[in-house]
Amino acid sequence: MIVHSIFFYIFSIIAVFSAVMVTVSRNTVHSVFFLILDFISISCLFIMIGAEFIGMIMLIVYVGAVAVLFLFVVMMLNVSQQKNEWLSGEKNSKHIPIGLLISTVIFFELIIVAGGWKYKPELLKNFSNLGIDLNTTNTHEIGKVLYTDYIHLFQLSGMILLVAMIGAIVLTFRHREGIKRQSYFKQISRERSEGVEVIDVEKNKGVKIDV
Amino acid sequence: MFEIGLGHYLILGATIFTIGVVGIFLNRKNIIVILMSIELILLAVNINLVAFSIYLNDLSGQIFTLFILTVAAAEAAIGLAIIVIYYRNSGTIRVQEIDKLKG
Repeated sequence: MIVHSIFFYIFSIIAVFSAVMVTVSRNTVHSVFFLILDFISISCLFIMIGAEFIGMIMLIVYVGAVAVLFLFVVMMLNVSQQKNEWLSGEKNSKHIPIGLLISTVIFFELIIVAGGWKYKPELLKNFSNLGIDLNTTNTHEIGKVLYTDYIHLFQLSGMILLVAMIGAIVLTFRHREGIKRQSYFKQISRERSEGVEVIDVEKNKGVKIDV
Repeated sequence: MFEIGLGHYLILGATIFTIGVVGIFLNRKNIIVILMSIELILLAVNINLVAFSIYLNDLSGQIFTLFILTVAAAEAAIGLAIIVIYYRNSGTIRVQEIDKLKG
């Protein structure tokens, strides 16, 4: 139990520190790296608490896909030189006190909500419609539920990913002028009559070929 | 202190959520950092859902975490695509200079 709590504190301190560094870091590339560190430490927490599948999926999706996508865009747009200095500069410092005030209020509201409530006992009694069976693995449990009870939501999330993929491709597609490119329709609809021409070559005259 | 309960995870989630909100409020330079702050907020929500799921012995929190993960990935892809075309059109993604709408 002691070891569990020690590791909880280590991982959560790393997570909070790297979350702070994401927002205050001067260089955007450093922000992306701290975001990766944050995701890794939070997924370590998930694995520690007993949600292994979610932890591993978070590693794959966030670190493997989302953070790499961020890194790609940051390096492609060459904005790492644009400094991210939100504390310096006088002409844009008017909003900082009110922003800090609102954030502090939000934080203490969340703390009050987290610390100051209790479950209704009758709510807790008939709560678990999807009780966790401790005899099987976490992945097994999620698989049993996800493909039966939540199948419509699962397919809907697949549709969301499809729409996002098509949207990203359509948004970033650029039609450049003055570049030779294949036209599949013209390729397929060619016929022999317009593609091949038989010419009788006269002796000692040669042929003029029209392009 | 040495007994890690639900409250510890909730406070961790609240802290990371607040850091994400601060990042959105106070960042005036770079819009990619704002997207990263949104990812932090979604991460905090995921922490809360997983902690409730484990401590209430109910699996639906983890299922919803999966769906939030899906939506977060789609949102990051679309947001970055929008940023790329905005950068291509106007040559900057500094938050102060994105003022076409005069908001």
